[in-house]
Amino acid sequence: MSKFKKKSESSQDIPTAALPDIIFMLLFFFMVTTVLRETELKVKQVIPRAEQLVKLEKKKLVTYLYVGSPKDESLGSEPLIQANDAFISTDNIVQWVNEEKSKLSEVERDQITVSLKVDEDTKMGIIVDIQTELREANARKIMYAAPTKAKDN
Amino acid sequence: MARSKDKGSQEVNAGSMADIAFLLLIFFLVTTQIATNKGLTLLLPPKQEEDEPIEIKQQERNLFKIQINSEDQLLVENEPLDDVTQIRTMVYDFVLNFGKPSDTKKGKAKVSDREVYESLPGAMKSYIARSLGSDESSDGPSSAIISLKADRGSSYAIFISILDELNAAYNRIYGERVGLTDEEFRKLNRNDPRQKELYDRARAGIPKAISIAEPSSVGG
Repeated sequence: MSKFKKKSESSQDIPTAALPDIIFMLLFFFMVTTVLRETELKVKQVIPRAEQLVKLEKKKLVTYLYVGSPKDESLGSEPLIQANDAFISTDNIVQWVNEEKSKLSEVERDQITVSLKVDEDTKMGIIVDIQTELREANARKIMYAAPTKAKDN
Repeated sequence: MARSKDKGSQEVNAGSMADIAFLLLIFFLVTTQIATNKGLTLLLPPKQEEDEPIEIKQQERNLFKIQINSEDQLLVENEPLDDVTQIRTMVYDFVLNFGKPSDTKKGKAKVSDREVYESLPGAMKSYIARSLGSDESSDGPSSAIISLKADRGSSYAIFISILDELNAAYNRIYGERVGLTDEEFRKLNRNDPRQKELYDRARAGIPKAISIAEPSSVGG
């Protein structure tokens, strides 16, 4: 007991100088790790890289379509289209676009941009089908999402 | 033994805490990939009416044809091509050919081919006068169309690499026109009025006419 008594002579304050740092650290940690994408990918996505990329200004107007062979192998190896959380067939694209459009305000509806995230092993057939459907749905602005290509030289 | 030494302050040295926090912050900043909306944009043609097949007769010389077969082999202007990167200069030359520049004002900006030519910087004009202006290539930027036809069996990867080259060619033209590199042109922020003006000036009269043709369902 006498051992402990001795200690109490010195200041017992917990230093709080580092507390803000810890709070900031936690804040940044959560900021960084929060998943911004609300959908879980169900298709394989190795997106081919490109150089001449353009950044889209209005994030609100962008909706995503994921195309690739399914991760779940029981669904076969043929590329499927994923919209939000579910697989959709090409016939349902028009309906899906209209649903997405209805989420936007009326003036912005025609400016909807569909971002296609397509796996590199996909064949062009399905892409062309999607494009035909998008034209049908009057969602003419499309973007082939691609990460930046590292320069070779 | 050691206890007797601890008579002074019992505070933990917190001076380096900030450093640790910054270290972590920088680590996350560097390692995370924030999903960005970057990609190659394309404007699809309007919906096609079923009963009237739109077939505007384009003169052959105003059409730059790129075809991809199911083996991912290229046919550019009816000749096989192995190196995708060559497309960039071919398209650049094709668009800026000014074979028969018209005087009719076209497009949103109401600029004729001849006015486009006059607006180009000297280096581009002399390049066109020296090596382009062929009768067999496009009449002028307003009538030049790039037609990209991919077979249903061709891969998406090659399609993207070609689309990338096409965009590179156009960005080079636009950039050179206003004295920027293609990269600088691409990064112009259209929300800034000054940069928007530059962007519009670069694009006036030279539409980015990339047409993705419907593929044939059989063949290749």
